[in-house]
Amino acid sequence: MTLLITVFAAAITTAVWYKKNDEKLLLGPLCFMFWGASIMWFVDAIFEYAELKADYFTPAVGDMINDAFLGLSVVALALTVWVVILLIKDPRGTVRARLKKQ
Amino acid sequence: MACFLVPGAEAVIVTAAAFLLKKYEQNKAQVKLGADSAAAETEAKPGFARKLFWLAELLWGGVLLLAFEHLWHGEVVPFFPFLTAATEGAAAVSEMLGEMASVGVLMAVLVTAVWGAMVAVSAAIEKRPAAEAAEVEA
Repeated sequence: MTLLITVFAAAITTAVWYKKNDEKLLLGPLCFMFWGASIMWFVDAIFEYAELKADYFTPAVGDMINDAFLGLSVVALALTVWVVILLIKDPRGTVRARLKKQ
Repeated sequence: MACFLVPGAEAVIVTAAAFLLKKYEQNKAQVKLGADSAAAETEAKPGFARKLFWLAELLWGGVLLLAFEHLWHGEVVPFFPFLTAATEGAAAVSEMLGEMASVGVLMAVLVTAVWGAMVAVSAAIEKRPAAEAAEVEA
């Protein structure tokens, strides 16, 4: 479930990156973050599948809820890291302009 | 258990290599273009260092999110010795090292392989004739 949620987040972020084509949004690092984690969890899934075989696809409801909660938390963490990078790098100068205005 | 430490170690090495390569490419461009450092920086941008930073970002991103997952599952703790397995005896440490050698190494290899494919595809796209690119854009 965590892998699935991360892959969806990676695909959506990449689609937005392609559509916006705006380097100032710094979507590149966010795409890499999601894809990097997706690949690593995919490897984890391969090893888990080798151990559990078909049972891998029929997880207990409790495990699934926990994994989904983890997946959403991971997406929230990645988005938070991205926002922090965006505000610190401030490629549009918005934060700087706001601070100067005050 | 601590499989993310292997791609983490690779991330450190790749990041250091990328920064060194970036500096080398900038110096090379500066020698080529003279003292105009702004032009040298522009010239150096599409180099291999930039592509090496893609790998670093893939690795760091994955390591960050996986570290969070390990924290979630209690396999990593925010205090010494940081790895739960380290406090559970020799068998647990041996299992952890085994997991790092199998899952961790495969993670690092697969991320690097995906990056290699990305570099190959991007090189093919860069070589695409301008007319074809314009056609695609239209």
